[in-house]
Amino acid sequence: MARICEDLLFPLNRPADEEGCHWKGGAVATPAGFTGAYATFTEAGWTALTADPEFGGAGLPKLLGFAMEEMVSAANLSFSTYPLLTAGAVNALARHGSPELRARFLPNMVQGVWSGTMCLTEPQCGTDLGLITTRAAPRDGGSYRIDGTKIFVTSGEHDLTENIIHLVLARLPGAPTGTHGISLFLVPKFLVGDEGAPAERNGVVCSSIEKKMGIQGSSTCVLNFEGAVGYLVGEPNRGVRCMFTMMNDARLGVGMQGLGLAQVAYHNAREYARIRLQGRALRGPAFPEQPADPLIVHPDVRRMLLRTKCMVEGMRALAYWVGYHLDLSEHHPDPAARQEGADLVALMTPIVKAFFTDQGFEAANLCVQIHGGHGYIRETGVEQYVRDSRIAQIWEGTNGVQALDLVGRKLPMHNGRLLRRFFHPVAEFLDAHADDPHLGELVALEAKAFGRLQQATATIAERSLRDPEEAGAVATDYLRLFALTAVGFMWLRMAEKARDRLVEAGALPGKIRGGGSSAGVPAATAIADPAPAIVSERNVAFYQAKLTTARFFFTKVLPETSGLLATIMTGAAPVMALDAADF
Amino acid sequence: MQTVVLVKQVVDTEAEKRLLPGEWRLDRASVENILNPYDEYAVEAAVQLKEELGGEVTVLSMGPQEAEEAIRKALAMGADRGVLVSDPVLQGSDALATARVLAQVLRGLGFDLVLCGSMSTDAQTGLVPAALGELLDLPVLGAVNRLEVHGGSLKAARQTDEGAIVYECPLPAVVAVAKGINEPRYPSLRGIMGAKKKPLDTKTAADLALELGAVGLGGARTRVHAATSVPPRAAGKTVTEYESPQEGARLLADFLHENKLV
Ligand SMILES: Cc1cc2nc3c(=O)[nH]c(=O)nc-3n(C[C@H](O)[C@H](O)[C@H](O)COP(=O)(O)OP(=O)(O)OC[C@H]3O[C@@H](n4cnc5c(N)ncnc54)[C@H](O)[C@@H]3O)c2cc1C
Ligand SMILES: Cc1cc2nc3c(=O)[nH]c(=O)nc-3n(C[C@H](O)[C@H](O)[C@H](O)COP(=O)(O)OP(=O)(O)OC[C@H]3O[C@@H](n4cnc5c(N)ncnc54)[C@H](O)[C@@H]3O)c2cc1C
Repeated sequence: MARICEDLLFPLNRPADEEGCHWKGGAVATPAGFTGAYATFTEAGWTALTADPEFGGAGLPKLLGFAMEEMVSAANLSFSTYPLLTAGAVNALARHGSPELRARFLPNMVQGVWSGTMCLTEPQCGTDLGLITTRAAPRDGGSYRIDGTKIFVTSGEHDLTENIIHLVLARLPGAPTGTHGISLFLVPKFLVGDEGAPAERNGVVCSSIEKKMGIQGSSTCVLNFEGAVGYLVGEPNRGVRCMFTMMNDARLGVGMQGLGLAQVAYHNAREYARIRLQGRALRGPAFPEQPADPLIVHPDVRRMLLRTKCMVEGMRALAYWVGYHLDLSEHHPDPAARQEGADLVALMTPIVKAFFTDQGFEAANLCVQIHGGHGYIRETGVEQYVRDSRIAQIWEGTNGVQALDLVGRKLPMHNGRLLRRFFHPVAEFLDAHADDPHLGELVALEAKAFGRLQQATATIAERSLRDPEEAGAVATDYLRLFALTAVGFMWLRMAEKARDRLVEAGALPGKIRGGGSSAGVPAATAIADPAPAIVSERNVAFYQAKLTTARFFFTKVLPETSGLLATIMTGAAPVMALDAADF
Repeated sequence: MQTVVLVKQVVDTEAEKRLLPGEWRLDRASVENILNPYDEYAVEAAVQLKEELGGEVTVLSMGPQEAEEAIRKALAMGADRGVLVSDPVLQGSDALATARVLAQVLRGLGFDLVLCGSMSTDAQTGLVPAALGELLDLPVLGAVNRLEVHGGSLKAARQTDEGAIVYECPLPAVVAVAKGINEPRYPSLRGIMGAKKKPLDTKTAADLALELGAVGLGGARTRVHAATSVPPRAAGKTVTEYESPQEGARLLADFLHENKLV
C-alpha cells in the first residue's frame, strides 16, 4: 500500500491538479495516469480491504481502513475520492439493499470494478435535504422511473470503471414534505443484464463538469436523470436514514482526508525547514560555516511545525481509537459492548469530521507560511494542499452542520449516554494518573480542559432547553473544545506508553505500574498490550520525542480551551443581537 | 517448472546507514530492512513463469531471523513457499561462503531453474550466482533481461550497448536477471494475507550438515579491511559567462556530452 501511494498516487498528484478532469469525445476523462493507477489499486485488492467477505471483501478491521485512507488522501486526495465514495455506497447497500440488489451490485463494487456515488445535492438543496425535488415514480416490474437534476456529484462520471452505481435521493408521488418524504434509489449508469454484465445505457447523463478551487483530479458532475431506471433501497420515505449510513462512514473517511492532508503538509514543511537557509538563530549562528541557519532554528517556525506535528499525531491516535470502537460496534460478541462502541463512534463522528478537516486546512496553510513566498508560488506544490484540503470542511455536511449535530443530536441523545462513553474513561484515567511522577503535570492540564468541557456541556444543556439558539450559537466553539480535550486524552495515553517504554529501556527513572498501562479504560476499550518490545536506540529517541511533543500540546495548544469556554459562556446574545440589515 | 528464487534482505536503500564501530559491517538494527530491490525482478520473473507454465516457486534466503520478512514479501508477490537458512555461525559469510550454504540447500530441493537478482544493493558484489554455478556445476547466465523457457531449455537475452545477445542453455541453470526485465507487481491484499499462511522452513547449519570451516566468517575468503564514506559531491558547474544564449546553450550541451549524460 505504501509503495502504491509513493510510486503511483503521489507522483500523479500535481499533474492531475494541472490537468484536471475534462471532456474527451463526449465522455469525462480523468487526468493522465488515473486509469492505470486505479487498475493497480483495485487489482491489488485495496478497495476490498474492510468490506464484508460475503461480497468478496477481505473483512479486515475498519481501523486498518482508516490507516489506508490517511495514506491515500495524503498521496493524492483527488484520487482518494473515487474509492471512498464507492466504499460509502457499498456500506449503504450492504445494510439497506435487498438481497437481490446486493447480489447483483455489491461484488463488483467491492472489487472496485464498478464505482459508486451519492446524489443528494440539487441546485436549491444542499444542507437542507427536505428541499429535494428529484422525482421517483413506480414502473411495471417493481422498478422506478427517476427524473431530476443532481449537482456536485463526486465521481458522477469518469473513465475509471465500466459502470457507475448512483445512490440517489428522490421523492415518491404523494410523499410527505420535508426529509420524511425522501427515498433512496439505486440508479446504475448501465443497466445490468441477467448475466450481471453492464448492458443498456440508463437515462442518466453528465451535462457538465464543475470548475472548482481544488481536487481537480476528482470529477464533480451535474447529472441529469431523465426517465432513468432506479431500484428502491430500503423502505419508502426512509431514504435519508439509509443515506446517513453512508454519510456516517463517509464523514469519518472525510476526517481521514483532513488528517492525510495535515500529514503531507507537515512532511513538506519539515523537510523545507531543514534545508532552507534564512536568518540566524537568535542566540547566535547555529551553523557559522553556512551563509545562514536553516529555518528550523527559528522559534516561530518551530511553533508552526510543532503545532502541526502534535495535531497530526494526536488526531491519528484519536482516529484509531474511534476505528477500534467502530470494529467493536460491529463484531464484539457482547451486545452491550457493541452498543458502547456504537455510542462512542456516533459521538465522535462529527468531531472527527469537522476538527480533522479544519486542522487539515490549517496545516496546509501553515505549510505555505513556512515555505514563505515559495509556498505561494505553484512550483513547490504546497499551495495545492490549501486548495485541496478546503473541500473537506464542506462536503459530507459542512463543519458548521457537524457542530450542530454534536450539540443538537449527540449530546441529548439517550439522556447523555453517548457523552458518558467519553467522559467516564477520561475521568477514570485522570483520577488514576493524578499523582504520576512523570505525567502528573500533563494530567493536571488535561484535567483543567476536561473541567471546561464539563462546564460548557452542562451550560449548553441547560440553556438550550430554554432557547435552541443558545446551542446553535456556540456549537462550533464547543466542538473545538471537545476535540482538543479528546486529542489531549489521546496524548496522555501516548505519553504514558512512551514513558513506560523509556522506563523499560532505562532512559527514564522509575518503575512501571502493575496491571498494564490501560488503567482507567473500561474493558471494552483496553487494547491488550503487546509483549514489551525491545526498546532500541532508535525507539528511545522516538519515545522521547513523543514526550516532548506531548508537552508542547499540553502547554501551547490545549490552553485554547480556556478562551473557548469563555466565549461559550457568553452565550447566544452577542451573536444574535445584530439586525440582519446591519451586516 | 520448479523455480527457486534467491533473495536477500537488505537495508532500505534510501535510509541513512551506519557501520558497526570497528567491524566494518553494517549496523542492521539501526535501519529498516527490505527485500533487495533487484531480487524483486527475479521473484516477478519466477511468478510469471509459474503463471505461464505451472509449477512452484520456492524462495530461498540466508540471513538473520528477520529475513523472514523479505521472504514473506516474495510470498505475497506470488511465490509458494520459503526456506530461510539462519544460524549465528553463518554470520560474516562472504559471497563464496554464502554460495556454499545456498548450494547445499539447493542440492536438497530439486529444481529446474535458479533465479536471482543481479546483485544486492548493500554489498553489490554480484558474485553469488557465478559461485553457485561453479559449486553445482550448472550453466550461469547473468544480466538477463528477457527469459523464455521451452521444454527442457531456456532462451535468454542480454541487452548491450550494441544490441541484444541471445543465449540458449539446458535446464537446470542459474540465471541472474537484470533490472528492467519486468515490472515487479505490487503485492495484492490477498497476496499479503495469504503469505502469512504459506509454508516457511527455517534451517540451521546443523540441519544442512554444513562443514563449518567453509562458511561464516571463518569460511570467508575475503576480508573487509577498511571502509570510507563517499566523499561529498563536488559543487556543480554553473554556466554564468557567455556571449549569447546560443553560446550558453552550447556550453551546457558540451558539459552534458563530456560527462556522458546524454
Ligand atoms: C467538490 C464538491 C463535491 C461534492 N460532492 C457531492 C456528492 O458527491 N454528492 C452530493 O450529494 N453532494 C456533493 N457535494 C455537495 C456538498 O455536500 C454541499 O455543497 C454541502 O452539503 C453544502 O451544501 P450547499 O453547498 O448547498 O451549502 P448551503 O446548504 O447553502 O450552506 C451554506 C452555508 O450555510 C450553512 N448552513 C446551511 N444550513 C444551515 C443551518 N441549518 N444551520 C447552520 N448553518 C447552516 C452551511 O454550514 C454553510 O456554511 C459536493 C460539493 C462540492 C463542492
Ligand atoms: C506573489 C509574490 C510577489 C512578490 N513581490 C515581491 C516584490 O515585488 N519585490 C520583492 O523584493 N520581493 C517580492 N516577493 C518576495 C516576498 O517578499 C518574500 O517571499 C517574503 O519576503 C518571504 O521571503 P521568502 O519567500 O524567501 O521566505 P523565507 O525568508 O525563506 O521564510 C520562510 C519562512 O520562515 C520564516 N522565517 C524566515 N526567517 C525567519 C527568522 N529570522 N525568524 C523567524 N522566522 C523566520 C518566515 O516567517 C517564513 O514563514 C514576492 C513574493 C510573492 C510570492
